[in-house]
Amino acid sequence: MRHTVLANRLDRRQFTIGAAAGMAAAAIPVSVLAQDSTATPAWEQAVKKVLGDAKPIEGKVTIEMPEIAENGNTVPFSITVESPMSDKDYIKAIHVIATANPQPGVATFRFTPLSGKATVSSRLRLARTQDVISIAEASDGRFLMSKRSVKVTIGGCGG
Amino acid sequence: MTKPRIKLPVSAKVGEVIEIKTLISHVMETGQRKDPEGKTIPRQIINAFTAKYAGNAVFAADIQPGMSANPYLSFFMKVPGPGEFEFTWTEDGGKTIVEKQKLNVA
Repeated sequence: MRHTVLANRLDRRQFTIGAAAGMAAAAIPVSVLAQDSTATPAWEQAVKKVLGDAKPIEGKVTIEMPEIAENGNTVPFSITVESPMSDKDYIKAIHVIATANPQPGVATFRFTPLSGKATVSSRLRLARTQDVISIAEASDGRFLMSKRSVKVTIGGCGG
Repeated sequence: MTKPRIKLPVSAKVGEVIEIKTLISHVMETGQRKDPEGKTIPRQIINAFTAKYAGNAVFAADIQPGMSANPYLSFFMKVPGPGEFEFTWTEDGGKTIVEKQKLNVA
């Protein structure tokens, strides 16, 4: 019985807080919300910076990552793009963007025909459950892009 | 920054595609964290890595704070002939660590 009463009180309290927050948010001018989801998110800006106006071909980049990452501080990944890696046709770069990190940029990996294979493995930080985007840039100017979602149990980038 | 670790195959043939693994100890401070007094800990990361072989670029990385501490990198090279690798890590502020290692080409 006591529990029920307590729960009710909590609910009411949470409701009050929620309502207050809602009102506060309504009062904030749009400019303050520039970094919020209402504006272009940082990760979209990061993608745009790589792509410019180019339209990427979807799904040609293989991202290997665990489906569930227990520790967001160090999540292993491996990215591969099929390419002959010849002087005329090779993958120049692979960009990695973590969509829900406070700073979405992870790294840009650069290759040459000498690389032999457009594959890179490393470890990244994930603040919470999110999509990881990888964009590959071919020597002929084409862009290839893939997305992979990862569930994160304990977030990285700790504050 | 401490001495990096590098793993190359014991020996390789010309034309073979080999894997190169590197690891360096570094906190990779993101610039997002705060100390117990609430002051932001300044960003200090390794922001670039390059791998050259016999003077030619093989692989490079522009690194941002999303990379984990103690950055590990694995990449490949199609062996063009005998030569020596030169790996360079660059920290915020411009300090670099250079490591050279010969590849045993059979």
